[in-house]
Amino acid sequence: MRGLAPFWSDLFEKFGLMLLGLAVFAAVIGVILFLADRAPKRGRDVWQLLAFVAPALVLLAVGLIYPAIRTTLLAFYDRTGNEFVGLDNFVWMFTQPDIVQTLINTLIWVALVPTLSTIIGLAYAIFIDKSHGEKILKSLVFMPMAISFVGAGIIWRFMYEFRELGFAEQIGLLNQLIVMFGGQPQQFLVNSPFNTLFLIVVMVWIQTGFAMVLLSAAIKGVPIEIIEAARLDGANAWQQFRNVTLPGIRGTLVVVVTTISIATLKVFDIVRSMTGGNFETSVVANEMYTQAFNRSEFGYGSALAVILFLMVLPIVVYNVRVMRKQKEIR
Amino acid sequence: MTDVTDKAEAKLDRPLGQKNDPRAAKLSRASKAKQKLTSPGATIAAVIIAVIWTIPTFGLLVSSFRTPEEIRTNGWWNMFVSPSFTLENYADVLTTQGASSANLSSYFVNSLIIAIPAALFPIILATMAAYAFAWIKFKGSGAIFVLIFALQIVPLQMALIPLLQIFSSVLGISGTFPAVWIAHTIFGLPLTIFLMHNFIAEIPGEVIEAARVDGANHTQIFFRIIIPLSLPALASIGIFQFLWVWNDLLVALVFSGGTADVAPLTQRLAELVGNFGRNQERLPAAAFISLIIPLIVFFSLQRYFVRGLLAGSTKG
Repeated sequence: MRGLAPFWSDLFEKFGLMLLGLAVFAAVIGVILFLADRAPKRGRDVWQLLAFVAPALVLLAVGLIYPAIRTTLLAFYDRTGNEFVGLDNFVWMFTQPDIVQTLINTLIWVALVPTLSTIIGLAYAIFIDKSHGEKILKSLVFMPMAISFVGAGIIWRFMYEFRELGFAEQIGLLNQLIVMFGGQPQQFLVNSPFNTLFLIVVMVWIQTGFAMVLLSAAIKGVPIEIIEAARLDGANAWQQFRNVTLPGIRGTLVVVVTTISIATLKVFDIVRSMTGGNFETSVVANEMYTQAFNRSEFGYGSALAVILFLMVLPIVVYNVRVMRKQKEIR
Repeated sequence: MTDVTDKAEAKLDRPLGQKNDPRAAKLSRASKAKQKLTSPGATIAAVIIAVIWTIPTFGLLVSSFRTPEEIRTNGWWNMFVSPSFTLENYADVLTTQGASSANLSSYFVNSLIIAIPAALFPIILATMAAYAFAWIKFKGSGAIFVLIFALQIVPLQMALIPLLQIFSSVLGISGTFPAVWIAHTIFGLPLTIFLMHNFIAEIPGEVIEAARVDGANHTQIFFRIIIPLSLPALASIGIFQFLWVWNDLLVALVFSGGTADVAPLTQRLAELVGNFGRNQERLPAAAFISLIIPLIVFFSLQRYFVRGLLAGSTKG
């Protein structure tokens, strides 16, 4: 127990720091709003407006807008940021085999994760619709959405764990099942190219719950008379789904697929914590971190960030256009 | 007043880009009594999916209560053949001191110290800005708001390198709590401003107009009307932002400096799992210590959690 004394002093120090931080923040905001409240009558409106928007705008300008512009510029400079190198960083990206592999992996991720999560989530939402215990069944599949990607990575690291056959018992469930049916245990996370697929499984496991909750809400919004009418016309379950439910939830489907696509393009934690990007499993977001912060290759890192931005951009534009169109219809 | 809140709250319950049709909701409730679409086959399929989705987490939970020796030598399913129970792993990762120990109690505290301010700062700043965009008329208001909305598409990765340079060479705060707070606040602002604006703009104009006639200025309206009426939205968005920060790894890796002084649980877990062979008996307990807060939030505040998630799912 003597080990606990430093813990308590450490705890008090840190909580003290946090309270100080909160107090400073409250004081700054308080003073700004107080001054705005007491501003001279002439131009009071302008002062009050500034008091409300300036703190957020200044932070965004310094912390997001300026950095994004600077990163875009850095993408055309060398690792020191001093020498202009034109498109060299992008040429490097598309000629270096392991970086090309990284780009291909990212495309595989974004092709598979939204598709699989949406299909499984939709099927599950339909299967459990109006069933007994719908709430609990929903919670079980939705739960992975609450935990961190790192936590999910650890959970699946144990599922995939490999022990040489004949030397030790399997401790990973998947290899145990393989061995039980007489197969050879696999190094799921090491053997390329299938290891990328096993990382993708983790992301699908997380995102399916998200798709399911949104789609379930949408399914409940499809008017029951239309479904009844279809049934009276003799449509079977598949036809009812295909001709009534599916058109009714199209808008939500677009939101789900695009949202998961964007999250997938930016995936970092899963790869970082499960393989570290080794064994040809790296993706753009992970490679960007490795180049910029492990190897101090700021030019390469910036170029990869720009590529990530360019990949996300069309999906967001599409998403916004669909949402706007839906608003017009209503 | 409650009517106003209810109406505004209903907005929180629908996902982005979707409208609640009250008629449809009523009808689906009426149809509950009627025969459902699904067949026994579908129910079985659903149960299979639910089991597959639950087993990985369940297995890790079981593992965390087994002895280190057992975790190393055989799978968690052996628990059902030869039951055992120990809290040894939790005690080890939380209280054992020393350079090679997991030392998670420090990191747990760090996670709290990071996440509480990093959830409060952005929602307060965002509520202020959202009020101005919704209820103060000024030139360029629309254009600036659209710009903030557009900022959501900028991936975090675009800002990391320059922001780290600002923190380390201009402000000299790299690797401290304030650096992590400020980074999370900035990255949280575009989405929180957008969501709070959606909510605050729905507050009926008469309420605010009446206060203005009574002589209240913007500061008074903000504290007496906007904040009390926005509490449900503040709770949902605050919970979402808190969990987002709690679960984040990337921002922590870049700005926290990576030591037990500042770094959060996620960072320590990523380190431990990086050396899986040596740490495997610690990892199940360690993982559950980091999962406990999100799971409590998930199961006790599910309504707020779902709202925050539906609204905030595009973040990052």
